[in-house]
Amino acid sequence: MGQDPLFLGHISIGVVLIVIVKVLVAFVALMVSVMLMIWFERKLISDMQNRIGPNRAGPFGILQTLADGIKLFFKEDLIPDRSERFVFKLAPYLTLVPAFLIFTVVPIGGVVHIFGHTVELQVADPPMGILFVLAMSSVAVYGTMLAGWSSGSKYPLIGSVRASAQMISYEAAMGLTVATVVLVTGSLGTRDIVAAQAGSYFGFIPKWNLIRLGVVPFIIFLIAVTAELNRPPFDLTEAEQELVGGFHTEYSSIRFALFFLAEFMNTITMSAVIVTLFLGGPNGPILFGPSFIWPIIWFLLKTGVFLFAYVWFRAALPRLRYDQLMDLGWKVLIPISLAWLLLVGAMQISKVYGFVLFAVFIVAGGALLRAVAVGKESNEVDIVTTFRQESPRRGSLGGDQ
Amino acid sequence: MGSLLLGVIAKPDLIVFLAAALVVVAGGIGVISYRNPVHSALSLVMTMFGIATLFIEQNAQFLAAVQIIVYAGAIVVLFLFVIMLLGVDRAEVFSRERIRAQRPLAAVAGVVTLGEILILGHATWATGAKAATGPVGNSSDNVFKIAQVVFSTYLLPFEATAILLVIAVLSAVYLSKRVVVNVDEALEAPLEVASSSDEESFDEVTTPKTSSENDDEVYEV
Repeated sequence: MGQDPLFLGHISIGVVLIVIVKVLVAFVALMVSVMLMIWFERKLISDMQNRIGPNRAGPFGILQTLADGIKLFFKEDLIPDRSERFVFKLAPYLTLVPAFLIFTVVPIGGVVHIFGHTVELQVADPPMGILFVLAMSSVAVYGTMLAGWSSGSKYPLIGSVRASAQMISYEAAMGLTVATVVLVTGSLGTRDIVAAQAGSYFGFIPKWNLIRLGVVPFIIFLIAVTAELNRPPFDLTEAEQELVGGFHTEYSSIRFALFFLAEFMNTITMSAVIVTLFLGGPNGPILFGPSFIWPIIWFLLKTGVFLFAYVWFRAALPRLRYDQLMDLGWKVLIPISLAWLLLVGAMQISKVYGFVLFAVFIVAGGALLRAVAVGKESNEVDIVTTFRQESPRRGSLGGDQ
Repeated sequence: MGSLLLGVIAKPDLIVFLAAALVVVAGGIGVISYRNPVHSALSLVMTMFGIATLFIEQNAQFLAAVQIIVYAGAIVVLFLFVIMLLGVDRAEVFSRERIRAQRPLAAVAGVVTLGEILILGHATWATGAKAATGPVGNSSDNVFKIAQVVFSTYLLPFEATAILLVIAVLSAVYLSKRVVVNVDEALEAPLEVASSSDEESFDEVTTPKTSSENDDEVYEV
């Protein structure tokens, strides 16, 4: 369980070459898909908003991203006077590299045989696979945080503090749902997680974690990932109306392009991670033709669904307020995901135990909510009466609005 | 060229160890030699990554991942938060010692720690086996091994640590607790009074709102 068959035997030059080729192919494929994703998002959101969208460069404007990239590349590269130069230059790369590294552990297809080597269609299959995803997404905070700080400017700093607080808060919920998946899989490796979702109930309902765990962890993971990506409706980082452009306000030229690239790359990789964790990754029926191609097609289709959903979210949902965002993360998602983790654990032991625990959770949750409400009520009444009786000195302060 | 390449890939362990050790040492030196605290914190992150690589080299994959998630992903991020928000992010002057005899004491402590590491690396009395003798075994059963040890031999320390963490969280919540007024209700309740008496009481009640807003502005550095 969990060993890459490529490294089992003697490591020859052939193996090293295969690894290098895998890295290069993954990188190029990801770059091209980012290009297509940006075009897809602009085109789709234009359709949803009754506009035309990019339609000049290439057929259907598909080369618009390339044109924008070239334009950004040749723009003047500004570095603000009050910035911390080294960190300012480093930050875009700190955002980009984790985005790519997450993609390396995602299985995008089955197993193929090349020159006598068994090659898994993913760049790396470490035994700690899914923890690597969590690690890299927690490292991605650095890029955002340092970009805002090193700009030496007010709005980027506020934007980056918001962003990092948001990313750290939602990481907890994300980690707990991943733990739920790991609990039923019994392994941390991404390929094992995919393999554990093979098969079906009654011959037609796929045995995906989405169904196997109840739909709750999937929804929590989807929300947490959207917040982690700073995508709408959780894009408070770059709330234009309040913060100009958020943490990358001071960036221009190619460094700005790198942030943009990282954002879309993250969207794609995280969609791929959702597919791996909850939708069986490249699993699917093999219909006709060469058998290695169908898993890749299924993978691309499933990922495409989530990419569409992200654009849809952006077009349909209004942005949350900051306190709503934090409340959702800490007071709703983390408790529910923790309770669900315990529930899945109990179900693993015995069904009776699980259902008893479920009942206990409902009763305890209700009692807790009531207690919080009562506490709040009594607090408020106290304060209002105190302020009414208090000295007129405080009253004079209130007039400056 | 070909033979050199063959020689290099024949000893992947050595190459990985040398690269990771270089990263660890360079990061460590960076932590103490940079003038800017943010740069020092970043060097610390570099050291963490080097150590994680060394863990993978020893087949302790789980520890490596946890090293990154906990230390690089959470603790140093907190350091950076504190450094940035408290506004100590400027170069320090090292000409004057804050504590008397700071440097000689640091040197002594360094030598003692080094000696301790060397002794512990060779002795067996502390853990029953030599430290870092080799890989822990098959890398995929990491989690099972750790779980077995944590939930059997070291259950009590584990639970104690959990309680400690809960206490820390609770006290942090308590310390940072600010009295929050539900502004809507606070405004509504006395409004009935205000309409009957005079408008002064209306001003009184808006006070908590303005004061809490002022508290929030601490973040605007």
